[in-house]
Amino acid sequence: MMHTEQTVALPITKSGDSHAIENADRNGASPAVMLSGLHKSFGAQKVLDGIELTVGSGKTLAVLGRSGTGKSVLLKLIVGLQKPDLGSIRIHGQEITNSNLEAMNEIRKTMGFLFQHAALYDSLTVEENVAFPLRRHTKMTASERGDRVRELLAGVGMESELEKMPSDLSGGMQKRVGLARALALEPGILLLDEPTAGLDPITSREIDELILKFQEERDVASIVVTHDLQSAKIIADRIVLLHQGNAVIEGTFEELERSDDKFVAEFFKRDS
Amino acid sequence: MSHNAKVPRLWVSQDALQVASLTRSTLTSLWSPLNGFLEWFGELGIFVWQVMRASVRRPFEGRELIRQLDEIGSKSLPLVALAGAAIGAVLSLESRHSLIRFGAKSMLPAAIVFSIIHETGPVVTGLVVSGRVGAGIGAELGSMKVTEQIDAIEASGVNPYKLLAFTRILACILMLPLLTLAADFCGVAVGWIADTLAEPISFHKFLHAGFAGASFSDFLAPTFRTAVFGLIIGVIACYQGMRSQGGTEGVGRSATSSVVLSSLFVIVADVVLVKLILVFFP
Repeated sequence: MMHTEQTVALPITKSGDSHAIENADRNGASPAVMLSGLHKSFGAQKVLDGIELTVGSGKTLAVLGRSGTGKSVLLKLIVGLQKPDLGSIRIHGQEITNSNLEAMNEIRKTMGFLFQHAALYDSLTVEENVAFPLRRHTKMTASERGDRVRELLAGVGMESELEKMPSDLSGGMQKRVGLARALALEPGILLLDEPTAGLDPITSREIDELILKFQEERDVASIVVTHDLQSAKIIADRIVLLHQGNAVIEGTFEELERSDDKFVAEFFKRDS
Repeated sequence: MSHNAKVPRLWVSQDALQVASLTRSTLTSLWSPLNGFLEWFGELGIFVWQVMRASVRRPFEGRELIRQLDEIGSKSLPLVALAGAAIGAVLSLESRHSLIRFGAKSMLPAAIVFSIIHETGPVVTGLVVSGRVGAGIGAELGSMKVTEQIDAIEASGVNPYKLLAFTRILACILMLPLLTLAADFCGVAVGWIADTLAEPISFHKFLHAGFAGASFSDFLAPTFRTAVFGLIIGVIACYQGMRSQGGTEGVGRSATSSVVLSSLFVIVADVVLVKLILVFFP
């Protein structure tokens, strides 16, 4: 409750205004992801309350906030796993909130989603997990697919684990395989739900480096939900802080770190 | 005076309030489970509609269907065959004494064959499969749901209703009649063995006596009604699995409710279908 009053007093900088221009594609095309006036409630609990966000191609936005502030819900709304109560979600300029299943599936093919616990298919091997989107959405031959899977797994340092089942892998290894699967179709938008949660600092750093490597290689728009400030500092161009269903402040890591707002300062204090 | 006059009215009013409150709480306690039941049925209807809609769109998931035919059919065969054999043996042992008492010993092969083919074979197969397959599907899909694997399938642009639900439901529909044939065969064969151990009779003679007066419809309709059992088992197990929530406890609940509900609906459907078969194949 204390934070309610403080967020009102914050110098709110929403991406829907000035940063929208900055985040828009450099060639003047529509931004990769644009959310406006997004509301989502579960029963009486209001999770998102008119949130506005914009992420352009080649940009990475880290979404921070306390647990239960709707960060993961935000990603699930973008990929169409949940429907917003109100508001607009535009992917490369295309409104998706009223899309039918076929149109939504076409849009989903342009997105890579790394789930918080990797969500690998536990009845499939590592190789089959990464091959899954390729088998479903490309006309690759088995040998082309095999080559591509090996290339992706080599990219995340898992090329020697092809035949293993997900249950035989550690949490960090599962995240790497999940990342390889998310990158399989060379998505234009990458959605990462706590990519370093529950990992040791060395593995977290390795995952961050993999994400950075992919960002450098391709002009991808990324939204990273995280509690890991160090990770956000490394991989994100901009950071948005969610509180009570809304984006209370957005800026670079340094801008947020310098903020004299009590809530922002409290959030950044722990790691400093 | 006026104050005193108000007192009894107040008491009446409080009684009325108590009665109203009691009535409301009784109605609420009755309405709550009824509401839950109606809600369950409504969501089941939506689930079936989504599966039907997904089933007519490409790709047709042949690979997954074959895997499910093996999982549901081949792997249930030993259990179903064993259950059929046990029923055949019990029927033979139990019926022999009763028929001898009524001087109708010669009717034993027909009694075994007809009771297995008409009722016990299909129902036992339905119940055995609802136990084995219902629990398996409920637990597997429930586990996939709580670990976000179903979300991951959907997020990768694949329809989980088709890949996971439709293939399992279709495999149940296709495999139940075949499994029933296996149960029937084992039941009749073991019934003959039990009969011939008590009083030797050739298998040919046993079958001839057993199928005397039987028509094709005696065999066809009861066997194919198990396709409906397959539909029930597949739909309920997939539905319970895909709506699972609450971690491992939720997965356990999904598996249990899949078995309980599919067994219950198989028994109810059996009664309805027997009546329909008697009407259409008198």
